[in-house]
Amino acid sequence: MVDAATAHDAAAEPAATEAPAGPGLWTGFRAMLGRDLRLAVRQRGEAARVVMFFVLTATLFPFGLGPEPNLLARIAPGVVWVTALLSVLLSLDRLFLTDYEDGSLELMVQTPVPLSVLVLAKTAAHWLTTGLPLCVAAPVIALMYAMPAEAYPVLLAAMALGTPSLSLIGSVGAALTVGARRGGILVPLLVLPLYIPILIFGVAAVDAALAGLPVRPHLLLLGAMLLAALPLAPWAAAGAVRQAVD
Amino acid sequence: MSSETATDTHTRPAGGRRSLHRFANPGRFQRLADAVIPWTGALTVVCLAAGLVMALWLSPADYQQGESVRIMYVHVPAAWLSLFVYTTIAVASAVALVWRHPLADLAARAASPVGAAFTFLALVTGSLWGKPMWGTWWVWDARLTSVLVLFFLYLGHMAIANAFEDTGRGRRAAAILALVGFVNVPIIKFSVDWWNTLHQPASVSRVGTPAIDASMLWPLLVMALGFTLFFVTLLLVRMKSDLMGARLRNLRLMQVQRGEGG
Amino acid sequence: MAGVWEFLHMGGYAAYVWPAYGLTALVMLALLVASVRGLRVRRRELARLEGARGGRRARREMDAEEVDTTA
Repeated sequence: MVDAATAHDAAAEPAATEAPAGPGLWTGFRAMLGRDLRLAVRQRGEAARVVMFFVLTATLFPFGLGPEPNLLARIAPGVVWVTALLSVLLSLDRLFLTDYEDGSLELMVQTPVPLSVLVLAKTAAHWLTTGLPLCVAAPVIALMYAMPAEAYPVLLAAMALGTPSLSLIGSVGAALTVGARRGGILVPLLVLPLYIPILIFGVAAVDAALAGLPVRPHLLLLGAMLLAALPLAPWAAAGAVRQAVD
Repeated sequence: MSSETATDTHTRPAGGRRSLHRFANPGRFQRLADAVIPWTGALTVVCLAAGLVMALWLSPADYQQGESVRIMYVHVPAAWLSLFVYTTIAVASAVALVWRHPLADLAARAASPVGAAFTFLALVTGSLWGKPMWGTWWVWDARLTSVLVLFFLYLGHMAIANAFEDTGRGRRAAAILALVGFVNVPIIKFSVDWWNTLHQPASVSRVGTPAIDASMLWPLLVMALGFTLFFVTLLLVRMKSDLMGARLRNLRLMQVQRGEGG
Repeated sequence: MAGVWEFLHMGGYAAYVWPAYGLTALVMLALLVASVRGLRVRRRELARLEGARGGRRARREMDAEEVDTTA
């Protein structure tokens, strides 16, 4: 027993006397993700508000265009994607703002965990509370627009691949404008042009499914954009956060 | 009195801080710009004058498009310049972020409104060129739509550079945005091209440059050169102006610190 | 005279060609004027402020000073 205890202590000591390397990347990521998710849960309504905006806006189009089912079915993919885009856009503000205002952002910059890892974690939390609920709500809208059944799986796949990119690119816009005067108006101007490729291929995937054309190229492109955004966006956003905090 | 005569060499900043490159040596740039601007200005006038003569007189009308093809000689150079200026801004932003050279920041900020203006011109002249051809003022063809998105990227860049009271942050944020936007331009172009082929029926033609024959290529190149020289001249003027503005701010700050009146 | 009229008429496309060229000229001129005017205003203001502080000393200062244009 004593041997085991001292052996344990001996093993623990080198770790203790090593210079604190700080929590590992994964630990830091998980901690940040958990924190943001807990905060989101405490604030409750956020995901619900995003979905509400999504559904409400999508509901406006029939009022504007008329309820004719063929028309609605034709515009369904576009409407779903554009309103999803706008919903994500609206929610970007809160990504960094509260942390900026209460000083947590400064602390994040100073921790040994690389800032881009923390930003990635925050973006992941953002997607889980924004993009993911939208993926769930999208088929409901598609239903109301009488979109034919064969397109639903593709719609889900495309949104699952596309909405994380929306959060990632959006995080760059949010970081650039945090604390700016009238920053809320600025974010759409910065971010929407960058969203256009995702929009184009997201809709193209669904349209292809409806037309019986190959869907994979579009999904692959969406996937490629996501893979490109995953390392690049947090890095750019981290740079922008540092500007904000300096 | 070495300090009195040392106006052309890098005088060591007070306090002997690290290399002067961190800070603009405004005197040097001003003198350089003053030397260069008359030349680029003169060349601009020559090129534009020659280009106009070639575009409006010497070059032939198009077989299909008639005289309206002459709009190409302002539309294409404007579109070319909108891309060129954006590339300049991206390069300057990269230099500003990586090497922290303050003149680079300055160049990017000074260039942006000029680029936006040319993008706007590209859009409007594109519409004017297209209306007699397609019958509508706007078509969602690949090139015009891409230029429209580029216009939004410019507006965003200008907006963010001015959104902060602490203008240092605004310029650095603008630099990041410029780079992010630049990386996205080919992606956007590719997406819009693809989107366009999907939705446009084959019969609707793009605002095509006609098969370029030498008699049309030369006016185009000369006009493009003239526009580019115009941009360079204007950029130098604006950079001079911005540097003076920075110095004015400095002076006023020093005045306030000394408690002097305005 | 007929040549001039033909030139202005631009094969019937005058309503498109001339506004295109006209707007281009207008925008470029406006940019030029705005930029040069800004330069002149600042140069005047700078001369005024520096004149008040002593010209030669100001010039040496301008070369040596740390004008942090990023601030």
